Amino acid sequence: MADKPRIKLPKEATKGEVIQIKTLVSHVMESGQRKDAQGKTIPRKIINKFACEFNGKPVFSCALEPAISANPYIQFDAKLDEAGTFKFSWTDDDGTVITAEEKIALKA
Amino acid sequence: MKAINRRQAFALGGGFVMLTLMPMAADAEVTNDAAKWIEKFTAGKQPAKGKISLDLPEIAENGNTVPLSINIESPMTAVSYVTDVMIIADGNPNAGVATLSFTPLSGKAEASIRIRLAATQNVVAIAKMSDGSLFTEQKTVKVTIGGCGG
Repeated sequence: MADKPRIKLPKEATKGEVIQIKTLVSHVMESGQRKDAQGKTIPRKIINKFACEFNGKPVFSCALEPAISANPYIQFDAKLDEAGTFKFSWTDDDGTVITAEEKIALKA
Repeated sequence: MKAINRRQAFALGGGFVMLTLMPMAADAEVTNDAAKWIEKFTAGKQPAKGKISLDLPEIAENGNTVPLSINIESPMTAVSYVTDVMIIADGNPNAGVATLSFTPLSGKAEASIRIRLAATQNVVAIAKMSDGSLFTEQKTVKVTIGGCGG
């Protein structure tokens, strides 16, 4: 099983602020193009979808292809109108989903 | 017929060298199904130039991980925002790289990812706005070591 995904975002932000979120998950992202020592093609195994939700509402998502580097790094922004929880999910070709959550508060 | 003089002979020779070097030139030709990807995303509509700033290194020493940043000019409000951005690489075994989906909650239509490039080629981004308009931008990246394994 992959390591815990790394997520970087501020702990708190002012209302209406656009914050930057950086995510990184450990994954080989096997492209399905490479061959092993015996000349056999190594089957494709990648994270094909990443999604981020805030309090149940979609913020950002992306469909990924084999042209994404190993240990996919994804950086995007989110506008904050209320305190709540970000939910992140990475979907593997084999159906496993890696999930993570981060809470954020509003600055007083 | 006029016999070619020395100068013309040199010019011809130069042209010939250029021709033989063509496959390695920066303007790499499309070698995959990029057109199909574009057709599927745009549904035949011609995207306009502009609004997108696509940030890629001019020369990528390692094609295994090429940083890509994209920023699309948009107010990102509930009425006017960027819905999807497709990124394709026209010289990879498969043209598709990623399709980013934004919402008004994204605040900014901005993202960074790291991509693999097999060879020197063009990276194309096409953005779809909430009103259906399309914008495109492309950058050529010179790749020293290909990133799709061998």
